[in-house]
Amino acid sequence: MSIPDDLKFTKDHEWGRIEDSRLRVGITDYAQSELGDIVFVELKSIGTKLKAGESFGTVESVKAVSDLYAPVGGTIVEINQDLEQAPELVNQDCYGAAWMITLAMDDAQETDKLMDAAAYAQFVASEAR
Amino acid sequence: MPTRKSIGFSPEIQEPLLITRSKPGRNKHILPDPFKACVPDELAQFMNPDEVSLPDVAEVETVRHFTRLSRMNFGVDQGMYPLGSCTMKYNPKICENIAERIRNIHSSDKHPMHMVLRALAALQRYLEEICGMDACCLWPAAGAHGELTGMLVIKKAFQNRGEDRSVVLIPDTAHGTNPASCAIAGFTTRNIPSGPQGYLEAATVKAHLDKDVAALMITNPNTLGIFEQEIHEIAELLHANGSYLYMDGANLNAILGITRPGDMGVDCLHVNLHKTFGTPHGGGGPGGGPVLVQSELERFLPIPRIVHVPRELFTLSYRFPDSIGMVHSTLGNVSVLLKAIVYIIRLGPKGLLEASRTAVLNANYLKTKLKDQFDLPYATPTLHEFVLTDKRQKDQGISTMDMAKALMDFGFHPPTVYFPLVVGGAMMIEPTETEPLSELDRFADAMLSIAEKAEHDPQTLHDKPESTPVSRVDEVYAARNLILTWDMLESNDNGAVSK
Amino acid sequence: MSFVPHDQDDRRHMLETIGIQDEEDLFASIPQNLRLTQRLKIPGPLDEENIRRIPQGQFSHVCFAGGGIYRHHIPAMVDALATRQEFYTSYTPYQPEISQGVLQSIFEFQSMMAALTGMYVSNASLYDGATALAEAALMAIRAKPIKRVLVTRATNPRFRSVLKTYLANTGVKLQEIPFDMASGQVERFSLERLNGDDAALFVQNPNFFGILEPMDCIASFARQSAFWGIVVSEAVSLGLLKRPGDYGPDCVVGEAQSFGNPPNAGGPLLGFMCTTKEHLRRMPGRVVGLTKDSQGRQAFCLTLATREQHIRREKATSNICTNEGLCAIRAALYLAAMGPRGLRAVATQCVAGAHQILQLIQQVGRQPVFKGPFFHEFVVQLDADKRRALEDDGIIPGVPIEYYYPEIKDGLLVAVTEMNTREDWKCLLENL
Repeated sequence: MSIPDDLKFTKDHEWGRIEDSRLRVGITDYAQSELGDIVFVELKSIGTKLKAGESFGTVESVKAVSDLYAPVGGTIVEINQDLEQAPELVNQDCYGAAWMITLAMDDAQETDKLMDAAAYAQFVASEAR
Repeated sequence: MPTRKSIGFSPEIQEPLLITRSKPGRNKHILPDPFKACVPDELAQFMNPDEVSLPDVAEVETVRHFTRLSRMNFGVDQGMYPLGSCTMKYNPKICENIAERIRNIHSSDKHPMHMVLRALAALQRYLEEICGMDACCLWPAAGAHGELTGMLVIKKAFQNRGEDRSVVLIPDTAHGTNPASCAIAGFTTRNIPSGPQGYLEAATVKAHLDKDVAALMITNPNTLGIFEQEIHEIAELLHANGSYLYMDGANLNAILGITRPGDMGVDCLHVNLHKTFGTPHGGGGPGGGPVLVQSELERFLPIPRIVHVPRELFTLSYRFPDSIGMVHSTLGNVSVLLKAIVYIIRLGPKGLLEASRTAVLNANYLKTKLKDQFDLPYATPTLHEFVLTDKRQKDQGISTMDMAKALMDFGFHPPTVYFPLVVGGAMMIEPTETEPLSELDRFADAMLSIAEKAEHDPQTLHDKPESTPVSRVDEVYAARNLILTWDMLESNDNGAVSK
Repeated sequence: MSFVPHDQDDRRHMLETIGIQDEEDLFASIPQNLRLTQRLKIPGPLDEENIRRIPQGQFSHVCFAGGGIYRHHIPAMVDALATRQEFYTSYTPYQPEISQGVLQSIFEFQSMMAALTGMYVSNASLYDGATALAEAALMAIRAKPIKRVLVTRATNPRFRSVLKTYLANTGVKLQEIPFDMASGQVERFSLERLNGDDAALFVQNPNFFGILEPMDCIASFARQSAFWGIVVSEAVSLGLLKRPGDYGPDCVVGEAQSFGNPPNAGGPLLGFMCTTKEHLRRMPGRVVGLTKDSQGRQAFCLTLATREQHIRREKATSNICTNEGLCAIRAALYLAAMGPRGLRAVATQCVAGAHQILQLIQQVGRQPVFKGPFFHEFVVQLDADKRRALEDDGIIPGVPIEYYYPEIKDGLLVAVTEMNTREDWKCLLENL
C-alpha cells in the first residue's frame, strides 16, 4: 500500500498535490486496489466550479462505480485526457500518470483540513475489514 | 477433476457470429404471396433504398448455429442452480403445455379473452389466499416492475391523504432493485442496519421512524435466509406512524402454506412467478411480478382491472379514478401467468406446503454438511437459503469467485456470490425443493472437495473453470472495449482489438 | 404430488444428518402466532389430464386487429430452437462460462436491432414498448435538464398511459402534441410551438393510426429539443421504411413482439431500446459485450453492469432486473430465419395488403378517417353494435379506438398482415 509523504488525503481516498495555488487530484493506491481493474473514468469539464466534497466525476470498475469528490473548493482548470483511452493507468500509476483533475483552489487554507500521509495510513488501517 | 465429456458440456469451443455465415442469396425462406405484393407508389419516398441489414444465411446453417449455441448453455433441466433468492426450481412441463393454448389469441378477441380473464381472475384469488391479502394486480412483468408498482401505489396513497412523505427505510440486506424502484417512484431511501442475529430489530426501526417515513421495505425471510421474527411488531410500529410495510416476496418459497405476509402485517407485496411458482427463467425473462395489497390500498392498484358481472363475459375496466394508471401496455406476461396458475392447481395446497417444507429441509441439510469447512457468519436458524463466506479460504488466497468458478467444473451453476452486501465474500445457497438427495450430496461433496483443495493445493483453484465451453471470461476486457454489436467489430473506435 | 423427489428414507436421513427429530423444528424461528393453522383454500392437486380438460376458448381466425400487437408468420424453426431447454430453463447469464449460448444469442439480437434501427447500440430488452418509452423519458431526464416530456397524441395510447404513470413523481410535465384530423399526422404548428430546449420529444412512426409521420420535418424541429426519440410499435416496419436512426434521434425504442413472438393474449412482449454512443452509459437494461476468455477464445459476457440496480442501487439507470430474455432470443431466431429479403417481403405484403383492402372498402362506400400515407393499418368507422355482432361470429374487424380518441366516433383501427388470407379479406368486405 503506497502512501507518498508529500500528498494530502481525504476520507474518500482521493489524494491532492499542492502546486502553488492549484491542487492536482487523483485516487489513492488503496482506492484503486479496492475497486479492481478500472474500465472507465468520467470527469466533469474544465470550468466546473466545485465546493469541497462535491463530485468531480466517477471511476468505474467491473464491479463498482465510485463518485470522485473534490478535496477542497475550486474550479477545474485541467483534466487528464489520457484516462479516456487508458483507464488502466489508474491501476498502474495512480499518483503520477493517472492524475485526474487540477483545481484552481478558492481558498488554499482548506488543505489544512485534509489528512497527511501518516494520518491517512492510520485511517486506511482502521477501514480494512 | 471431472472432464468436459463427463459433465456433458458440448465439445465445441466456439461458434462464430451468425453474420460470418452470411452471403447474399443464401436465405431461401419463402412466404405465401396471394396478391403479388408491391409497395404503392405514394410510399416510395418513405422506403429504405438499401437492402435490409440482416444476415443472409441458409436455414440449416442457422439451425445448427443456434443448436450449437444452446449446447454451450446450462439450464435447470440439466443441473442444479443453487442461487440464493432465485428459487431455481424445476419448471413443470404441463405448464408449458397449457400456456401454448393462448398463443394465437389477440388481446382484442373478446370471446377467448373471456376464458383467459376468467383464469386470471382465479389466479388473483389464489395468490390472495396464499399471501393473505385482499386484492391483486397481475400485470407487472417482473419482480422489480411489481416493486415499482407497489411503491407507486404507496406514493399515491399518501398523496390521497394530503401527505408528502418522501423516505423509505430499507434494511442493509435488501436486493438492489429495492432502492432503485424507490428512486423511480419518487422516494429517497434510508439504509437501516439489521441486528447482530441477522434480522431487523423493532427497536432499530422505531429509532428511525419519523413523520417523513412512508414505508419500510422488507424481504421475509430475508436474503440471509433468516425469518424476520419481529416483523409483526415492526408492522405495528409502522402503522402507528401512519406508514406502510412493503414486502419483497422473492423468498416466498420458504413459507407457502406455513405463514402469510398478510398475517404478518404486510400492506403491499410483490411475488416472483419465475421463482416461487416455477415458471421458466428463459435466460433472463419473461418473468412475472404480481402485486398484492390490503383493502385500504386496493383503489390505487393499476388499471385495467378484471371485472365480472354474473352471466356476462369476464372483461376489463379502466374506470378506477384513484388508480396509479397503467404500468404495462397489455396484461403483462400473460403466458407466464397461465403457467403459474397451472403450477398452483397442479400442486394444490398440500403440494405447495410440501414444496416449502422440503425447500427448508434441503437448505438446512446442505448447511449442516458445509458449515464445518466454510465460515457461517450467522448462527441464527435459516429457512430455505443460507449464506457462507470465503473467510477461511481467503488466508490461502482463494476467494468466493475462485470457488464459484471451480464449482462449474463439477457440473453446477455457482450460488449467488457477493450478495447480500452485509457479508463480505458471500455465497448465498438455495437448493430449492426439487433437488434430489443425490444431487444435494453431490453438491456438498463438490464444495468440500474445493475447500480441501483451498487448504492443501490452492494453486490449482486459480484458473477455473477448465471443462466449460469457454474458460474464465475477461470481463475487464469487455468493459474496457465495449464491443456491443458485430458492426462494432469492423470499426472499433477504441482501436483496441488487440489490447 | 408435487415435484419433490424425496421419499421417506431420504427425509429421515436428512433429519438425522441435521440432528433433529421432527421437521417441525426447522420452523421454530417463525413465531407461533403467525403460523397458519388451516390448509390454504385453493383447489388441487390436479393431475395432468384433468388440467388438460379445463375448457379453453377458441381464437377468431379472421383477425384484423393490430394496435401494437400483431399476428405475423413465425417460421417453424423459431419454436424448434427457442423451446430447447438450454435456452428456456436457463438463468440470467451472470456466470458467462456456462451461459455462452444465451449471451451470444442476445449479442446477435443486439447487433440486428442496432442495424435495423440504424443506431449505435441496443440493450438486451425491456418489458414492452410502453415501458421502453417510459425508460427513454427517464433516460432523457438523466441526460439533460428536462422540464417537459412531449409526446404525439398519435403515439399508442397505452404507451402514453404507462409513460404518464412513470413520470408521475418526477416533477416533469407531460404534454401531448395533437394530430391533424385530416391527415392523421402530427399537427406541425403545435409541434413547433410546444417544442423547446427544455423538452424531450417522442414521436411514434408509423403512428397508432398506421399513418406515416413527416419524419424529415419532425427531425428538423427535433434539433430544438434537448432530447428526442422515435417510437416503433410495429417492428416489421423496420424491414421497409427508412431507418429511424438516419433521422438522428437520441434513441429509438418500441415494441418488437412482431419479431417471432405470438400475440399470446397480450404477452410476453418485447420492449427494445437503441441509442447513440453519447447516451450508452445512461441506457437502462442489460447489455452483452464481446470479449475473450483466458485462452484468448471469443467469448461473451454481460457488461456495463455497474449502471444497473444490483450495483448502483438507488443511483441505477433503472430498476430492471429480469427482462424479456427468451423473447429477445426468439426475435434473433426470427430475424435469422427470415433474412433480409424475408423481412422486406413481410413488410411489403402487409403494406400492399392494407392498401388493396382499403381500396376495396372504399369501393363499397366506406372512407378512411385519415388521408395521410399509411403503413399497414388504417382507421374507418364502424357502428359498435355491428362490430360486436361480427366479433360474436368469430370475425375481428379491428381494434375499436373511440375510447382513446372520442372525437373519432366508432373509430375502428384495421390492421392487415401477411397472415390474412384471401378468404379473410372476403369475410371482412362482406361484413363491413
